[in-house]
Amino acid sequence: METIIFLIIFPAAISLVLLSIPVKSVRRLIAVIANIALIAGTIHLLYGSAGETIRYELENVWIERAMLTLEVTLSIYILYMGIRFRRYLVVFFTLLQLALLVHFEAFAIPAVPVAHNLFVDNFSIILALIIGIIGSFICLYAIGYIEEYHERHKESEDNRRFFFFLMYLFLSAMFGIVFSNNLKWIYFFWEITTICSFLLIKYHEDEESIDSAFSALTINLMGGLAFAAGISYAGIYAGTLELDRLIAEGGAYAVIPAALIAFAGLAKSAQLPFSSWLTKAMVAPTPVSALLHSSTMVKAGVYIIIKVAPALKGTLAAAMLSYIGGLTFLVASFIAISQSNAKKVLAYSTIANLGLVVACAGIGTNEAIWSAILLIVFHAVAKSLMFLCVGLIENKLSSKEIENMDFLIMEMPKVSAAMIIGISGMFLAPFGMLISKWATLKAFIDFNPVMAIILAYGSAATLFFWTKWMGKIITIKYGLKNREKVVSPWEWTTLAVLSFMTIGVCIIFPLLSSALIEPYIIELFGVSPSMDRFNIIIIMIIMLGLLTILPIALMYYAWLDKDYKRVGTYLGGANVDNVRFLGSLGAQRTADIRNYYLDGFFSEKKLYNYGLVTAVFLVILMLGVVVI
Amino acid sequence: MFFKKSPWIIHYDATSCNGCDIEVIASLTPMYDLERFGIINTGNPKHADIFVVTGSVNESSHQVVKNIYDQMPNPKVVVAVGICATSGGIFRECYNVLGGVDTVIPVDVYVPGCAARPESIIDGIIKALDILERRLVEFRKAKTEARRQEKKLRRYHLND
Amino acid sequence: MTPIDYFIHLDNIYLKAVIYVVLAPILGGLLAGVDRKISARMQGRIGPPILQPFYDVFKLFSKEKIIVNKFQNFNVILFFVFMVFTGSLFFLGGDLLLVIFALTLAGVFFALAGFSVNSPYCHIGAERELIQMMSYDPMIILVAVGMYQVTGTFRVDAIAMYDGPLILYLPGVFLGYLHVLTIKLRKSPFDLAMSAHAHQELVSGLKTEFSGTTLALIEIGHWYENVLLLGIIYLFFAFNSFLGVAAMLVLYFFEIIIDNTYARFKWELTFKSTWLVTALFGAANIIILYYAMQP
Repeated sequence: METIIFLIIFPAAISLVLLSIPVKSVRRLIAVIANIALIAGTIHLLYGSAGETIRYELENVWIERAMLTLEVTLSIYILYMGIRFRRYLVVFFTLLQLALLVHFEAFAIPAVPVAHNLFVDNFSIILALIIGIIGSFICLYAIGYIEEYHERHKESEDNRRFFFFLMYLFLSAMFGIVFSNNLKWIYFFWEITTICSFLLIKYHEDEESIDSAFSALTINLMGGLAFAAGISYAGIYAGTLELDRLIAEGGAYAVIPAALIAFAGLAKSAQLPFSSWLTKAMVAPTPVSALLHSSTMVKAGVYIIIKVAPALKGTLAAAMLSYIGGLTFLVASFIAISQSNAKKVLAYSTIANLGLVVACAGIGTNEAIWSAILLIVFHAVAKSLMFLCVGLIENKLSSKEIENMDFLIMEMPKVSAAMIIGISGMFLAPFGMLISKWATLKAFIDFNPVMAIILAYGSAATLFFWTKWMGKIITIKYGLKNREKVVSPWEWTTLAVLSFMTIGVCIIFPLLSSALIEPYIIELFGVSPSMDRFNIIIIMIIMLGLLTILPIALMYYAWLDKDYKRVGTYLGGANVDNVRFLGSLGAQRTADIRNYYLDGFFSEKKLYNYGLVTAVFLVILMLGVVVI
Repeated sequence: MFFKKSPWIIHYDATSCNGCDIEVIASLTPMYDLERFGIINTGNPKHADIFVVTGSVNESSHQVVKNIYDQMPNPKVVVAVGICATSGGIFRECYNVLGGVDTVIPVDVYVPGCAARPESIIDGIIKALDILERRLVEFRKAKTEARRQEKKLRRYHLND
Repeated sequence: MTPIDYFIHLDNIYLKAVIYVVLAPILGGLLAGVDRKISARMQGRIGPPILQPFYDVFKLFSKEKIIVNKFQNFNVILFFVFMVFTGSLFFLGGDLLLVIFALTLAGVFFALAGFSVNSPYCHIGAERELIQMMSYDPMIILVAVGMYQVTGTFRVDAIAMYDGPLILYLPGVFLGYLHVLTIKLRKSPFDLAMSAHAHQELVSGLKTEFSGTTLALIEIGHWYENVLLLGIIYLFFAFNSFLGVAAMLVLYFFEIIIDNTYARFKWELTFKSTWLVTALFGAANIIILYYAMQP
């Protein structure tokens, strides 16, 4: 239990320390030590775990009071912000929430006993590993990134102490979410992540980022409101505030709170009716996008959905949940084709993959939950790597456009290598996401063939937009200058670690599955799916094949193969050199190569509107059937 | 020995009046069926073994002829089809005409005629096949020779 | 017992893989030769000898190596290796979904080869290749899904030994697969990404900049692929090996007829029609089958 409390308290403490120390080098030293401690803490948690759910009491009236005070303070702060920037929807939601909270605290709480406030099981250990390890490395990366960010954005105020304060506070809140069993505690940490996200998106303080920040805040407050309503209902009617007891013993009374909390989860993980906040949130500095908007905070949404989904099992609401996930996967994958902004592509792909997780949670069979957890793990690693690469490229090229990334492999070979690993990790055969998509497909077929069909179409779209991006990066042109020299060691460390992790989690995935995920599934369902041994061997052969063929072949082409003649590209014979040709009237023209975006088929506006309408319908249906 | 059985051609119209071009295309038609010799009109210098040029070479086309020839991998042969390609023909004295194809690149087979008949074009290409085989031997010899030279140079440190 | 039955019931999976690796290029090359011969006869020509594809490939191996940049051939080698691997995985009886994913991997390497050259023709060829991949991918996955619904397994060897007539359960999926097969075999009207014969708007599309040995590898890779694709046709008729072989031959002949009677589509039409056919035949078949198989 000490480890859990350490993980929740320690980052918060560090964040306060970082806020108060004015010296840069001291701050950096503290950050490094804190990150090492965090990683050590999560690994200690992994080794100390018994492999089954353990619940802890931790009864203390002061904790409750402190939480309540903080919650009210934060609400007042949001009210202030809402009034200052004239976002009255925010004010409305906050007031409603506050009223609900006060009413509940004043009248209902004494009657509801809470036996276990904290718990730890294998699923929360997995998430803690993601938060601890990936989160720490992203924070390290941010140290180098924020330096360049302020060099590029001279106009914005240098608030980096506040920035790191928020980052570490956020880590603390995330640990809180995954270890709390008391719904009120989860809610408290949930609101902290919302506010961290709001302030971090707003970091640049220009019109666009403030707008995006409020969009994120509004939607997440709406989710928070549903969460609070769910808690009140659970407290008053089901008579419990404990997550595990509500799901296990709540019976018919658990359905409404579960649906409300799932609604909050949908908002947090940017599923379709709510997806707009995540794409707008991409104006935030890239480490924020990597940490909050791809690898951890949005995962909190799907985490809570997976947790409450068993209470909905067999109802129409669960089916609606899986359709919302499937629809989101399909629409977001399609829209990603038409996007040329790298971070937007990443955002849509994140939404799509979270959609897949939600769909798995909605289906709720043991296979589906198994593949959902695999998806969460692989996605967190590969996607944070992708974001960090894009962040670096953005700082160097001053552009997020994929169309400006041609010849990147010549200008930034190492970053490109990391990026290629990241992209491969997202969709190619022996890598993680594909393994989990495969497991998902198998889980879908037995449940509902429509979902399998949706997955087939969505994966095809995924294939298209990733490959064309990869193609853009690896286009080769000679005579370009290497622009990599200015990348700071902070960023290098993180990129290298995450690249190796992307490959590493695929290699150790059978171990990961048998040691962590399968026991959890067995605890939930009694039986656990596991992959055919033969298939695992084949996957490993592909993996090893790639890992050996690639370097050997690269070496061969780089140094050994000398038996060739170099000629120009074919340009109808009218070459001046490799890329220029003689046009009509003797004018020299350059052959400029651009990608396809298929806007006629996959335009963002059209698809988003269709998706939005359908998803709103599905959400209403989900809540409606529960209430009836 | 496989060159004889699978010669791929690229056809370029330097400044032909289209008469010879039509005849070249005609030899691909069912009537003459060049493909029965394994001949494919690739339209791409990098895949081609035989370069078929029609028309005389002038100021604006000589660089293109040269580029295409350079982009063809060895062994390769050039067939000049029609009297303009072989010598410049009636355009020989024009102010912008350089002359036949052999003013720019080495030509192996000359197919005269205005326009050259498909039969003679096919004859010319079949003739080029023997030259292609010989070229392969020469090319291999040159390659080994070049390697030996390089080794020798390396042995005496003459490269530095 | 026909040779095919014998092959399917062979216990040693390594032997199966070796047989595929050795025989597939021979069969694939012969098939290509027969294809060209029949096409020529359909057009009233004599046509090249049946062994012509082999002559072409052997010739390409002895050509000079010319390149635009050093690394362009790198992806082609990977394409070739993974294509052979994919085929072996299929014929030794592996998981059908894994086969499809490995096939996608090979296809991605092929497209990347086109991207890496920085040549306009190659690039557009690669882009179109990707559009084709996006078009046919759902249908290929649905083939595996349909076969799983009927037989309850993804293992190719188990599907091949399944007694029931798969084609009667999956007629829609089969029609969808035929549509996609035309793309995969690079037959007109869907030969958008590259084509061997005569001039077209993209010269040779994706393979414009690849010559000599590399081009030969692309050709052989496609022979391996074609044998694999015909193998999937066989699975639909696996209950009777004579019928299976007859189906493969008849359908290949059918593809040749299509090739010779259609002009090339634009990519829009290719994409739209393929997804539509996938939905109308493939998806509908699978949904109906799901409810029909419900107890």
